[in-house]
Amino acid sequence: MNERQLDHEEMLLKADDIRQDIIRMLLAAGSGHSAGSLDLADIFTALYFNILKHDPKNPDWPDRDILLLSNGHCAPVLYATMAEAGYFGKSELLTLRKFGSRLQGHPERLKLPGLENTSGPLGSGISQACGMALALRMDNINHRWIYVITGDGELNEGNVWEGIMLAAKYKLSNIIAIVDRNNIQIDGPTETVMPLEDLRAKWESFGWHVLEINGNEISEVIEATNLAKTIENKPVVIIAHTIPGKGVDFMEYDYKWHGVPPNAEQAKLALKELRTLKGKIESEAD
Amino acid sequence: MHDLHLVDDLLADDLPKEVMKAGYGRGLVEAGRRNNNVVAVSSDVVSSTGTNAFSEAFPERFIEIGIAEQNLVTVGSGLAAMGKIPFVAAYAAFSPGRNWEQIKTTICINDRPVKLISTHVGISDSPDGATHQMLEDIPMMRTLSNMVVIAPCDSIEAYKATILMAETNKPAYMRIARDDTTIFTTDDTPFEIGKAYVYWQGSDITIIGTGRMTYYCLLAAGELAKHGIKAEVIHCPTIKPLDSQTILDSVRKTRLVITAEEGQVAGGLGGAVAELLSEELPTKMKRIGVEDRFGESGSPAELFDLFKLTPANIVATAKELLNSAS
Repeated sequence: MNERQLDHEEMLLKADDIRQDIIRMLLAAGSGHSAGSLDLADIFTALYFNILKHDPKNPDWPDRDILLLSNGHCAPVLYATMAEAGYFGKSELLTLRKFGSRLQGHPERLKLPGLENTSGPLGSGISQACGMALALRMDNINHRWIYVITGDGELNEGNVWEGIMLAAKYKLSNIIAIVDRNNIQIDGPTETVMPLEDLRAKWESFGWHVLEINGNEISEVIEATNLAKTIENKPVVIIAHTIPGKGVDFMEYDYKWHGVPPNAEQAKLALKELRTLKGKIESEAD
Repeated sequence: MHDLHLVDDLLADDLPKEVMKAGYGRGLVEAGRRNNNVVAVSSDVVSSTGTNAFSEAFPERFIEIGIAEQNLVTVGSGLAAMGKIPFVAAYAAFSPGRNWEQIKTTICINDRPVKLISTHVGISDSPDGATHQMLEDIPMMRTLSNMVVIAPCDSIEAYKATILMAETNKPAYMRIARDDTTIFTTDDTPFEIGKAYVYWQGSDITIIGTGRMTYYCLLAAGELAKHGIKAEVIHCPTIKPLDSQTILDSVRKTRLVITAEEGQVAGGLGGAVAELLSEELPTKMKRIGVEDRFGESGSPAELFDLFKLTPANIVATAKELLNSAS
């Protein structure tokens, strides 16, 4: 079980630490996905430091909640958050994508305790969540929640909608999906590459209960998941509106940062911004 | 050969026939009786895959996901993650035909013990035409690390394979034919995953069959015997992992090989045996199967003739090989 939940101020600082970890990891790796990893930092902070029932010292704890990262390319935020939560030492973060590392370019369950699935190829998370939820129902287990994080571009995949239909058919109300609605994918804005709107209406018409939040506000993430747990007979999706590249000015809103890392100079700038919370506090050092 | 407990007269022309899916269905029900964690998932093919035996016996452990093969195997991955032993059934043309990546990522790399049951393999779905005839599944599945590939020869073996698949904690794939196939094994015939069996002993040429083609290999061996040719027939129900020892032991003796399968020869059983022999024991061989083309509509008999998947062609090929070797 979580040793101690963080208060709101502590979580703000934790999300900032995670963003700094992400920048350092991506710089060391020399490849990887910046925008989504950064914008998910608040959601992951809320999950690992408030929402999830989990135990970093006992990753296989049978009563734990499940977190599935469906958009596996956002592995940096998952690894950074897990390290901050105590699953492994932070020094290991700099091995991301390197030979012999447990931190594979996309998450590989067998490599690292605490990972619940192997992902990377998009569109499989909701279906896996359905299988897990159906298994829990067969075993009459009602106290575990399954959270599945998906990208928005990922919703282009047909497999996703197969899973969405199934979750509604079986009324899998212990699934809480969180869509990282950052409006970008590799080739450009989501509405240019393959329009998703009216996204809320799509999920609703498929039988899900929809909540919409600012996904960069930790308190909204927590409130939405608390609310989601009270919805009966329906799976719940939280459409989390986020700013791609959140926290680093020159990355924010720019789809070109979807799949590239910062270079050394850019990383230095980014870390300074993050250390000073964009100038709100004094930086102790460059 | 008594320990094999095959039917008394392999060459009798009145042996009973049964669809393999019936054996799968009975095996799944028995596996379900033995273990409460066995569950089944169907993609709108509950009857045509034989899964209905299980869904009627254990409705609370059955999931119908509709026509969605990508979802089929991925839901299977999720079920297995929570300790279930999911059997996910579909036509082979669609699973693994349509969902190979999900099988690779969420089942094989992820190491979840999902059991893939794929029916209507080879040309057995004959009237439906090329789109529904799965000729490529053996190469697709045997190139996946962490995957077992099984092609039983009749409904009795399909029953045994189903029960053993449920008892192993690994991913596995079983391909079964659509139409009636001759029953020539018995309840007492040995079957282990990863084992091949010498069903007919000889010393002149080794004929290796998988799936229903093993029966045709036996008919061919009977015919060859009339001509004084002693063929050795190996039944190879597990294509991966391949029982290299049994194959090499036979080929060291015969130094001539034929393989026979209901599917593409490229990368199939014939490919697997060729890979083994080219490294371990280079041997002249012929692969019988479909050769780089698609199927078409017709009766099973018409298509087996078209592709020369017949005892007569096995006999002719054996004679040809023996002549060229002498």
